[in-house]
Order: sequence, then structure tokens, then C-alpha cells
Amino acid sequence: MDVLTKVPVREQEAAARAKNFDEVCLGYNKEEAMSEAERCINCKNAQCIKGCPVAIDIPAFIEQVKLGNIAEAYQIISQSSALPAVCGRVCPQESQCEGKCIRGIKGDPISIGKLERFVADWARENGIKPEPAKEKNGRRVAVIGSGPAGLTCAGDLARLGYDVTIFEALHEAGGVLVYGIPEFRLPKEDVVAKEIANVESLGVKIEKNVIIGKSITIDELIEDEGYEAVFIGSGAGLPKFMGIPGENANGVFSANEYLTRSNLMKAFHEDSNTPIMRGKKVAVVGGGNVAMDAARTALRLGAEVHIVYRRSEEELPARVEEVHHAKEEGIIFDLLTNPTEILEDENNWVKGMKCIKMELGEPDASGRRRPVEIPDSEFEMELDTVIMSLGTSPNPLISSTTEGLETNKWKCIVADEEFGRTSKEGVFAGGDAVTGAATVILAMGAGKAAAKGIHNYLSGK
Amino acid sequence: MYKILDAKELTTNIYLMVVEAPRVAKNCQPGQFVIVRMDEDGERIPLTVCDYDREMGTITIVFQTVGAETTRMAALKAGDSFHDFVGPLGCASEMVHEDREALARKRILFVAGGVGTAPVYPQVKWLHSNGIAADVIVGAKNHDLLILEKEMEAVAGNLYVTTDDGSYGRKGMVTQTIQELVDEGKEYDLCIAIGPMIMMKFVCKLTKELGIPTIVSLNPIMVDGTGMCGACRVTVGDKVKFACVDGPEFDGHLVNFDEAMKRQQIYKTAEGRAMLKLQEGDTHHGGCGHCGGEN
Repeated sequence: MDVLTKVPVREQEAAARAKNFDEVCLGYNKEEAMSEAERCINCKNAQCIKGCPVAIDIPAFIEQVKLGNIAEAYQIISQSSALPAVCGRVCPQESQCEGKCIRGIKGDPISIGKLERFVADWARENGIKPEPAKEKNGRRVAVIGSGPAGLTCAGDLARLGYDVTIFEALHEAGGVLVYGIPEFRLPKEDVVAKEIANVESLGVKIEKNVIIGKSITIDELIEDEGYEAVFIGSGAGLPKFMGIPGENANGVFSANEYLTRSNLMKAFHEDSNTPIMRGKKVAVVGGGNVAMDAARTALRLGAEVHIVYRRSEEELPARVEEVHHAKEEGIIFDLLTNPTEILEDENNWVKGMKCIKMELGEPDASGRRRPVEIPDSEFEMELDTVIMSLGTSPNPLISSTTEGLETNKWKCIVADEEFGRTSKEGVFAGGDAVTGAATVILAMGAGKAAAKGIHNYLSGK
Repeated sequence: MYKILDAKELTTNIYLMVVEAPRVAKNCQPGQFVIVRMDEDGERIPLTVCDYDREMGTITIVFQTVGAETTRMAALKAGDSFHDFVGPLGCASEMVHEDREALARKRILFVAGGVGTAPVYPQVKWLHSNGIAADVIVGAKNHDLLILEKEMEAVAGNLYVTTDDGSYGRKGMVTQTIQELVDEGKEYDLCIAIGPMIMMKFVCKLTKELGIPTIVSLNPIMVDGTGMCGACRVTVGDKVKFACVDGPEFDGHLVNFDEAMKRQQIYKTAEGRAMLKLQEGDTHHGGCGHCGGEN
């Protein structure tokens, strides 16, 4: 065995998977996992742990995998993470744990994500659950939103003995894990639902169809329903549009709408009661992970799909793995291209998009080179569907109905990083509602920090 | 699960249901709406609220069967349950936040069309309970399709019923009645029109000429109802608004109705197919010329 090279992970063939919604990555089996684990040199001063937003004891769990003690490995991971099967699939490991791995200096870093995924999948298949708190303290905490931040915060608090209720606005728990990330990257029934059931098995209650700020306010939760602390993990929900002519034409969708129809409402099934536009030629505007998800969904629904992005490949904010998968499946990348107008037919339907070619100029505030229009380079694309994937901003439903809750100029809730404390006593926040759109694992890290913050706050009360 | 306490057909294809939903009833205000899902596979359907009872913890919904999903829903009976029932969504009517004395001085005209009579009712009722009498025009295609007449009569100042075919009350469109009332010397400071998009468009055209500020309530396509999907975007003046969180009520003189009407057609082909599937089972595979199926 070459210690510098990672054990390759099995995947569905690109041509086959471009036509189905089954999971792309097939994961390791036990033999492959144990063989990959052999490569870990169990560093004393493990850098990988520092790279993990929830600080999983990575060398310790890998050591157990090496020995074939997968149940032990699972209990080590679940002390730090409520959603290992999710994280093993969607974390950007290359810039976190794996990015810091010493093995990565000379060869491939250890495939920590794939090992985590294997351990979590094995535990699920063998009916192993995280261990609940031995004693309950009966103190009530409300968690708003059942996405990664909320589930993590709730799980950690339940483990400390708190009586936790999660309030979810939609009819299904999971937040972005169910409405945003597609089935082919994150299976809903087999993975997401089971990890949520694990959080519930710790004693966490989930009340769906409750919109905080509309059905009930935070102040009412505290005053009328007896919650002693509240964690806001409501995510960043509002889709952005470009503000160009023709954007309200029929056939222009936000990535949120398109993905919600497909993922949450299962519109990718022919027999779903919820319709989705099955376009023939689709442009997805944007270059993030959400844009890749929307593009790969449209492809699976039968379209020729173009990613239209105003910077170059190097600046694509999506994970390299996602871009690689998208290309393999046949997504066409129109880079250094910016839409200027959406063209409609006489019935208001999209018939094309006017674009202009761009080149890269000086670096801007984000450190990335600023795209500049090339004069007289306009051209038209013929299309029937445009999906706008330009990012999201926080939903003001909570901040506008909670007195004394400070927000910044981007309408994000202001909370400290260490403990998630907001300007309002007893109210904590974390995840996209605080940072704006980010990753699943960062939201989990924030949920974890806030659980500590809430525990400190209530312990001193 | 959200239990249905009462269910009845008000008239052909229009149904009323009283549903147990204490969290929704507690904070519900006139002008707001709910989203329901009848079962595990159900589509999310936004519906206007016709009435609410905080003590009983109930919400009354009224809906018309317009597609496969609402047709399925119509079969629900008292004792059955909705799988999901979420709200209240959207903003309350502006008048709820207005100074009561200033509001009492306003001469208000409601214009309700068809099933739009249902969301008008809680507003008129709210005004009535605050000691304010508003005039109400209710329009229907014919006498049979008229709904909530008695209920409306009990809370309205003056109620004017008009039918397209003259089978009951006045004859003609609601716009004709507005014109007649104004010609008779009635003056209004505010008009609130709720009904089919085409009706609201023509009411707004007329009230603009008459100089009566007008509010309309829109019911575009939406998925989540919390601002997340943006399907419900509508052009109001020179701004794009989300009907679910910015509305559903807007200044009718600024709404781009033509665009809004076209946007309602987005899934018409898919809806038509679903309806035919519901009626004919899996045997229908297109080719009828109505469903949009290609072969």
C-alpha cells in the first residue's frame, strides 16, 4: 500500500448518475475504511482537530477505525457532532480538517470526511445511537430552526440534561439539509431523517409549522411558555436577484425555489403533487455550491445546463469536488460571463438571456480580482429557464418582531463568536442568521458554541 | 395534525372548513393567510383566512377547487385532519395598525369578488367590532355562487350584492356598482378590493380615475410562504416585492396586474395534467389537447 495515496472512494459513473437522483458518492466499506485509517500517523499535536469547527477528536476515532471498533469510533464522533453522516458528506474538508492534515504535505491527506461518513453510516445500519443524558434538569430551552445550527445546539443541550424544543417553520425538520441540498448529495430518508431521529432520541422535541415572529414571538416564548433561554438558528432564507430587466418573466426562478420544489416537495418524482419546471435549456447564474446543486438538479431533470459566472474558474466559490462532479456530468461552464437582461416572448416566458463577457481587473474588497465588462462583447443565449443563485440574506421575520435584538447593516443578528450571545438577555444566535450564507459545519460550530453559552448562562442563574 | 371541526360546501366548488390550529388562531389578524398540506404527499396550498376564534383556537378557511390538489382537499370531512397548517402568514391589513379615531373617520368601501368574499369578511367584521361600519359590494357570477351573504350582512354598513347575470341583487360587474354608488353621491376615502386578479385590475383602473386609494390582496404562486422561495414576486411601482412577506396586501394602483396574471400561469400545464390524472387515473397520457401532454 502506498501511504502517500488515499484509498479511492467508489462513485456512480457520471453518465449513469446524470440521469438519476441516487447518491453520487458510494462511500467506503469497512475494509477500505480500515485501510485508509492505517495511513493516519496519529499526530500528538493533531492539526486536523483545530481545523474542525466542532473539534471532533479525529485521531482518536480514526484509531478505533484502524482497530475495526466502529461503534467506539461512532461514540467518539458523536460526543462532538450531532450530524456525522451529514458532515461526512457535505463539509468542505479540503479547507478544514483535511486541509491541515500532515499527510497532505507530501501526499494525499487522510480522507477524514469519507471515514466519518463510513462510521456514521455503519452506526446507523447497525442501530447504534448516541448516548442520551443520564439525568434531566427539566429546564426549558427553545431552539428556532431545525437546520444544522439548531440541531447541534439542541443535541448538545439535551445531552447536558435540558428540556429542549425546536420550532420549525416548514412541515419537515432539517432546514437547508432538506430543502436545499439535493438527494444525490445527501439522501433525505436514509441519512438526514435518521440523524434527526438521533437528535430526537436524546430527548429533543420538534414542533413543526411554527413560524417564530408570526405564529408566536420570542418574547411570548419566554413570558408565556416558560422557556428560560432561546437559540435563534433561523438561517439565511431570502433569495437575492440581480435587478436586471426581465427577471420576473415566467421561467426565472431563485435557486431556493427550484431546489425547494425538488428537494423538500420531491418534485423530481414524476408523481409528486408539486410541479417543477423541466426546462430544455437552463442557465444557472452564480458559482457557489447552491448553483452547482441547482445545475445538477436541472441536468437530472433532462436539461442542457450552463453555469453562468462573472469571474473565472479559480474564483468559483463552490467546492472543487462539486465543480469536478458537475463537469463530469456534462454541465457547461460559461465563465467570465455576466447576464444583463432576460429576454421574454409575448406571453412573458423566458426565451433567452443577454450577457456580456468579462475580464478580471484589480482585486476587490474580498481579495478576488474584480470582474470588468469587455466593451462590445454582448451576446445572446437561447434559453427557456434561468435559475438565479446569487446568495441569500437573513429573514427579518424574527429580528423585526423581537425588541432589543441588535442586527447589523446586512440584517444579520449580532452575536459573539465564543458563546453566541445576542444583545438580548437569554437570547443566543448562530449560523447563517448571524453570518449570512455559509456552510453546514460552520453553522454547527456556532450551534455548539451557543449551547455552551446557554449552559453557562443558565448555570449561573 | 390539525383537526377539521366543520366542513361544508358553500356553493358549487367553494368549501368552508373550520380547523383546529390554536397557534395560528392566537395571533391571526385580518389580511393574513395560512398554508395547508392535506397529507404527507400534499402540495403546500396558500389559503386566505375567512375567520378566526382565539378562544376556540380555530381558523375558518374558504377555498375554491381550482386544481387537482384543492379538488382532493374538498373531499375532507369533519373529523378528518390536515397534515400541516401553518400561519398566520403575511402582514396584517394596514387598518389594524391605524389610529382608531382616524380610521373611524374614513369612509371605506370593500369590493369582494367570488371566493374573495371570504378574506374580505374578517376585515369588515374587525371594523364592525371596532364600531366602524363599512360599505361592501359583493359580486358573483350568479345567485347560486354567492357566498357568506348573511354573515356579511351582519357586519357591513351597507351591503350591495351584484350578479353578472342579474339573477340576484343588481346586475353587472362590481365596477358598475362602484360607479353607480359614486354617481348616487357616495364618497369613499379608501377601497379594499379582493377577488380574481382581473376583477382587481379593473376595480383599480376605475378607482384610480375616481381618485379613491385602493388596496388589493394578491394570491400568487408560492411555496414556503416565509420569503424563502421568491416565487410570489410581484412588481409594485418600480419595486419587486414578495407577496408572502411584504404583502399580501398592496397599493392596487401600483401593482403590475398583467405581469401578475401571467405569472399565475407558470404551472398551468403541469396543473392541467395533474387534474386529468386525478379525474382519469393513470390512464391519461396526453393527446387530449387540454392537458399539455405531448403525445
